Amino acid sequence: MNTWTTVLVACLFAFLLKFSGYVVPARLLEGPRVSRISALLPAALLSGLIVTQTFAGDAGRIVLDARLAAVAVAGILLWRKANFLVVVGAAAATAALLRLAGWS
Amino acid sequence: MTVEAELSEGRRKEVVRQGISVGVATGLYGVSFGALSVASGLTVLQTQALSLLMFTGGSQFALVGILGAGGSGTSAIATASLLGIRNGLYALQVSQFLGAHGPKRLLAAHLTIDESTAVGIGQQEPRAQRIGFWVTGLAVLIGWNLMTFVGALAGNALGDPKTWGLDAAAAGAFCALLWPRLSTGDGRAAAVLAAFIALLTIPLVPAGIPVILAAVAAVIIGWIAHGRHERGEPGLPGSDPTP
Repeated sequence: MNTWTTVLVACLFAFLLKFSGYVVPARLLEGPRVSRISALLPAALLSGLIVTQTFAGDAGRIVLDARLAAVAVAGILLWRKANFLVVVGAAAATAALLRLAGWS
Repeated sequence: MTVEAELSEGRRKEVVRQGISVGVATGLYGVSFGALSVASGLTVLQTQALSLLMFTGGSQFALVGILGAGGSGTSAIATASLLGIRNGLYALQVSQFLGAHGPKRLLAAHLTIDESTAVGIGQQEPRAQRIGFWVTGLAVLIGWNLMTFVGALAGNALGDPKTWGLDAAAAGAFCALLWPRLSTGDGRAAAVLAAFIALLTIPLVPAGIPVILAAVAAVIIGWIAHGRHERGEPGLPGSDPTP
């Protein structure tokens, strides 16, 4: 699939998901079990994304590199209530400086 | 229809100010999305198309993150769409007070994201809810797109993204998006289980798939939490299913 197709199909799905909430009868999705699961979905997906972005190397290898240090710094800053841009900037700076120092 | 109380001028201004400040703050994140997107190999135009047409930050970060890591288009679309499901659930709540029809409803759907929903349902009066939703949604749309453009141009001028740690910036951005969702016991349990699933499956399946498998954690924890609730057992502190 080329990148444009991927981008446009994903955009279409994103809109249809948003629009569905305006046309689907509310009671269909308001079961307590369904709403619990959907409330937890972002946490599970974001956590999965963090792990793959941090540990995945070439050809499915698990690697420990500068990205792990960057995520640790991000975690500490979030715990110290730093804002979004500071967290993202510090994560990038950590990885960049470690690579400059010769650690992949 | 019940007669609605007029909103005082002071109250209206207060809600508008709230919406615009959320819009400006959120819009600034657009810089990091723009830079990460071009670093992942997308063009400036593709990056801008995502911010304009997809317009839901988590899904956008996920899509470019997976494509940048060599994942297939299908897994990128699937993950972005799974992350976008919550917008549909927000829409269910927003449609209760918005009362939008026709083309206005299409625009409302497009603007249905975390921030506009949060500001909208955070108000007491129905009129304030509507103002909060529209002002926040439009402010974020404008800010997010302008700053995406700035970030995309800056990202293009930087060269090899790894030198600047932009790959780690993506992981940092996901950490910041995850953080507020760890305030409940169920949220923490789902995140930990998802992390284990992803880590175990990275060597076994193609890039992008571990994230989708991690979503199963939400089903498992949600199912258990629901059973516990049904039996009237106390949940973990703060385990209310608020989105």
